[in-house]
Amino acid sequence: MASMRDIQRRKVSVQSTGQITKAMKLISTVKLQKAKERAEHSKAYFNGMYDTVSDILSKSVNINHRFLQHTEGKKKAVIVISSNRGLAGGYNSNIIKLITTNPEFSADNTVIYSIGRKAKDGLSRKGFEVKGDYSEVMEEPMYSDAMHISSEVLKAFEEGEIGEIYLAYTIFKNSVSQVPDMKKILPVSKSEAAKQPLAAEKSDEGSSLEDDRTPMNYEPGEEEVLDVIIPKYVTSLIYGALVEAAASENGARMSAMDSATSNAEEMIADLSLMYNRARQGSITQELTEIIAGAEAIS
Amino acid sequence: MADEKMFALEIISPERVFYKGEAGFLELTTSEGEIGIYKNHIPMTNVLMPGAVKIHEAKGLKTAAVMSGFVVILKDKVKIMAEVAEWPDEIDKNRAEEAKVRAERRLKDGGSGIDRNRAELALKRSIVRLNMVK
Repeated sequence: MASMRDIQRRKVSVQSTGQITKAMKLISTVKLQKAKERAEHSKAYFNGMYDTVSDILSKSVNINHRFLQHTEGKKKAVIVISSNRGLAGGYNSNIIKLITTNPEFSADNTVIYSIGRKAKDGLSRKGFEVKGDYSEVMEEPMYSDAMHISSEVLKAFEEGEIGEIYLAYTIFKNSVSQVPDMKKILPVSKSEAAKQPLAAEKSDEGSSLEDDRTPMNYEPGEEEVLDVIIPKYVTSLIYGALVEAAASENGARMSAMDSATSNAEEMIADLSLMYNRARQGSITQELTEIIAGAEAIS
Repeated sequence: MADEKMFALEIISPERVFYKGEAGFLELTTSEGEIGIYKNHIPMTNVLMPGAVKIHEAKGLKTAAVMSGFVVILKDKVKIMAEVAEWPDEIDKNRAEEAKVRAERRLKDGGSGIDRNRAELALKRSIVRLNMVK
């Protein structure tokens, strides 16, 4: 049996770890509230953007735009959103697994644009080429950050370095459940955009059926409008993913720290029991020794 | 009745729903020039340039600075997707002035292509902002 002092030392260390995890849980709870609020505020823009783009693509037949064309044999780019710090349960490893276990993405045909240090480290260890790293924005994602990232990625796309752009991030379902997900951003495939249910839901809210049937006019021209809108669409997707991932990260950390705290409490209870047993044992032993000594004298 | 001439207007920026209400007349700066919109406009999608958006409500005029984005015009509904939108009281005058000076300097230095475009856009933005606070 471990000595009293050893048990006591262990207990103190578990206790201080428990305090840390408890504090971390509280912090991420507060951060989660903020991130959730931001995610909700940005949703209107995100959905509006999505509706507009799918609307344009479904209404206008035979547009031949460079952002919509599929090119074979080029590298795929994945924008991966993870966190800068660990201790968030499976949050980071899940998002890395999403890429490494997908047979379509191998180290040879994929370049990574990483937001968040954990994914960058994890994926470069697996041999993926990390082309861009924007980890510093993860703490406080701003729209201008998303603009910066999307302009870099689109530049690479236009120059022909990459042929497809994907976005890997964690969807925030609620505080306890976050789902890693991968979305294809470019080229925008028309059929995909048209069959999304979101557009249908939204359209009956204000605009009449007639609006759906009247062809949309574009000024200056269809091509030019798409030229402007699609980068904005990509930016809004990245921004939406950023704020959602921030909420997911804090949600994941909150539940991870919650279970860590309760584990620590459990361990402390066990250790207290062991300590008390050891204390009792040592008292009994001392007593027996004293009594034996007294008997020997008399 | 005033209601018949009103159409629904929404201005959405990434951070928030910037404006939601009804307007009788709307002035915008697009890439093709300034346009005005009444109800029952032909469906149209336009690209916005930095400029003031003037919302003529039933009770009066509201002005906002919109930096970039696009507008989707439907018969009874107008939706502006703005990347940056500000009310006049949110504009930092000093910052706008500094930005203007910076952009002008950059234009004077010469430079070409993207840099020049960028500086021109920055100059436009700062002028729009300064006009709003005047």
